[in-house]
Amino acid sequence: MSDNGKNILICGVGGQGILLASEITAYALIKAGFDVKKSEVHGMAQRGGSVVAHLKYGDKVYSPIIEPGKADIEVAFEMLESARYLPYLHKKSRVIVNTQKIYPPSVTTGIETYPDDILDRLTEKNISVMPLDAFDIARSLGETRAVNMVLVGALSSFLPVEEKVFKSVINERVRENFRAVNMKAFQKGREIIMTSREETD
Amino acid sequence: MRKKSPSKKTELLSGNEAIARGAYEAGVTIASGYPGTPSTEILENLATYEGIDSEWAPNEKVALEVCLGASFAGVRALSTMKHVGLNVAADPLFTSAYTGVQGGLVVITADDPEMHSSQNEQDNRNYAFAAKIPMLEPADAAEAKEFTKTAFALSEKFDTPFLLRTTTRVSHVKGIVPIGKKETPPVKPGIRKIPQKFVMLPVNARKRRIDLEKRMHDLQDFAETFEENKIEWGDKKKGFITSGVSYLYVKEAFPDASVLKLGMVFPFPEKMIRRFARAVKDLYIVEELDPFIELHVKAMGIKCRGKDLIPAYGELNSYIVKQSITKRKGAKLFKPLEIPMRPPNLCPGCPHRGLFHVLTKFNVFISGDIGCYTLAALKPLSAMDTCVCMGASIGVAFGMEKALGKDSLGKIVAVIGDSTFMHSGVTGLMNIVYNGGFSTVIILDNSTTGMTGHQPNPSTGITISGEPGRSVNIEALCRAIGVNHVHTVNPHDLAHTEKILKAEIDRPEPSVVITQYPCVLLPEMKKRQNKPLYSIVSENCTGCRACLKIGCPAIEWVPLSPKEAKEQGFKPKQKGYSRINSVLCDGCAQCVTLCKFSAIVLEEAENE
Repeated sequence: MSDNGKNILICGVGGQGILLASEITAYALIKAGFDVKKSEVHGMAQRGGSVVAHLKYGDKVYSPIIEPGKADIEVAFEMLESARYLPYLHKKSRVIVNTQKIYPPSVTTGIETYPDDILDRLTEKNISVMPLDAFDIARSLGETRAVNMVLVGALSSFLPVEEKVFKSVINERVRENFRAVNMKAFQKGREIIMTSREETD
Repeated sequence: MRKKSPSKKTELLSGNEAIARGAYEAGVTIASGYPGTPSTEILENLATYEGIDSEWAPNEKVALEVCLGASFAGVRALSTMKHVGLNVAADPLFTSAYTGVQGGLVVITADDPEMHSSQNEQDNRNYAFAAKIPMLEPADAAEAKEFTKTAFALSEKFDTPFLLRTTTRVSHVKGIVPIGKKETPPVKPGIRKIPQKFVMLPVNARKRRIDLEKRMHDLQDFAETFEENKIEWGDKKKGFITSGVSYLYVKEAFPDASVLKLGMVFPFPEKMIRRFARAVKDLYIVEELDPFIELHVKAMGIKCRGKDLIPAYGELNSYIVKQSITKRKGAKLFKPLEIPMRPPNLCPGCPHRGLFHVLTKFNVFISGDIGCYTLAALKPLSAMDTCVCMGASIGVAFGMEKALGKDSLGKIVAVIGDSTFMHSGVTGLMNIVYNGGFSTVIILDNSTTGMTGHQPNPSTGITISGEPGRSVNIEALCRAIGVNHVHTVNPHDLAHTEKILKAEIDRPEPSVVITQYPCVLLPEMKKRQNKPLYSIVSENCTGCRACLKIGCPAIEWVPLSPKEAKEQGFKPKQKGYSRINSVLCDGCAQCVTLCKFSAIVLEEAENE
């Protein structure tokens, strides 16, 4: 696969396992021989707030932060969050969205309502949006905490890294008692996106 | 597939992990700091290495003093803190420039441009200048490791502490780092009495002051040949002087330009700067926050551009650098959508929520502090009226009391976390007692330092490596200071908390109320079996919204149209009802007493 590098923006809500997901992806890209930089924010941002990680790979990566308008792939762990970083996207960005909804405080307290047209507002800008219900998939596998690995699987189908490389990283990086279910979650996420791409491409 | 890099061992490390690795490879044996984003993971990581005594100190001043002592005893020592932490440690810092070192001493200041998790965005390069202490500034994780090792060697060579400055985008960016071997430091441990160097009486300090001036000249000469101050020649139409992560933004924005990268940002290599400035047509200084390099370059009489083009606040990135300098419009960007914000929030089951809900009933002025509980300032609790710095809540409350006199009785409280109280709240409380105040101090004891990711502190009695140590008893400490009215309450018990607070807030004497309940994110709390689970009987819910006042993420408002209300058997005028998200509910039961219609009921014990 020829690929001179891409910018991946991974966003969601604190506590969804975004850091591990970006870590697994970074290790897989390193194993495939790329230079990688991954930027995240800790502290205040983690108390249920909006969380974003920037992951860049290529022959040589300088800036750890993705420029506005330069994110090639966005992986949104939560539906509302998929729209929050719109200025980072460009017309050819691919957006993988977990359709799970996590209500922000203004919605739980009844001040605002959760917008029901989020994905339409992205697709009307001709952005390629690939929704999947990663929470439901993880639940069907018996481990709701595996949402992140479903999404790593989905993301993996866009990266110039062989499937077996990802699997070896999951083997190395995930605790033994969660390994099998994470492997299944990865597989499931990858298959779903592969299938939907065959249908649309 | 790409070619694998040659055999050299590498790891994917954050800047903080790389600093820990660098300290290990440099043969550090003592490390002390206080948690603070973005510095926290350095010490946590260092604690996992064999043979290093890594400790959390009660505050940054103590941490630096411990490391200075270790240095005097001839070992290499590392002190870590966030930018505002260095304010606390500034006292020993300034005089350590006079004493110099025996074993290498490196102080990490982790700055937070953009204030991701801070109350200000001060630029700590100014400390290097003010304290006359040399400072290195790495751009990424690989440099963070190498610069840490270099700083130790230079510290001993020049007999001075070294500052190493990171920013959030160095501390929390992971990159590929080559791994090296552990060295044995050249200095040997032992007691050395060198009063002319260690005893800063004026008679000695005046001599050391002159030595210090000579040392700065030596370091300035050294800066000219220091291999981490380097020129990368390219197109000479544009030349950039830069350092730290800004260097990476320049390389991405102007890959072909000439760049002078300063690995050491103080003191400056003036000859190198002149040589570079002469060779390029237009000279730009690219740096985050203050015009630190720019002012120096301008003071040398060199014409350059910097803060007239580039913002002096917030983080930079390659986009801002490019746009500021070229003034050319880039590709059109998508505009942000108007969607609900998602600010951080107190967790479901957070014990702090109960206290703040009770406080909102009293209509008091709440002098706040630094920690998770600062989030109580946000809606719907809106229960914090000041937040300045670590420990300030108590002094500020007392100052207001003094200013307003007796009229302020019953109207002002201070709230402060257990770790923050240990850090610098104790002295404020002493002051209230000593100077005859009546302010009520509420200590929110959740048995951890929550916001920075659950570090133990002296009141928890657990060490950084999880070993049991001796703990400070907060209640006994307050009594020893001279507070006669000290109460400990469970903040989940709203009624009792309210009763005690009412009595103490109105008391015309100093009083302390300790709200004690462990943070729900602590491992022992996460592991709880049979957590109670609450639910809302929707037929009983009248839509009065009383349960929403505490802002618990597990309680969700479901709006109803008149048609939906009718169809679902509610009164036609009912605008909605509340429900509990069973995935999020932690079973704290704070909401139960808020419902006058007994709609919130214990459902079942959750078996995990």
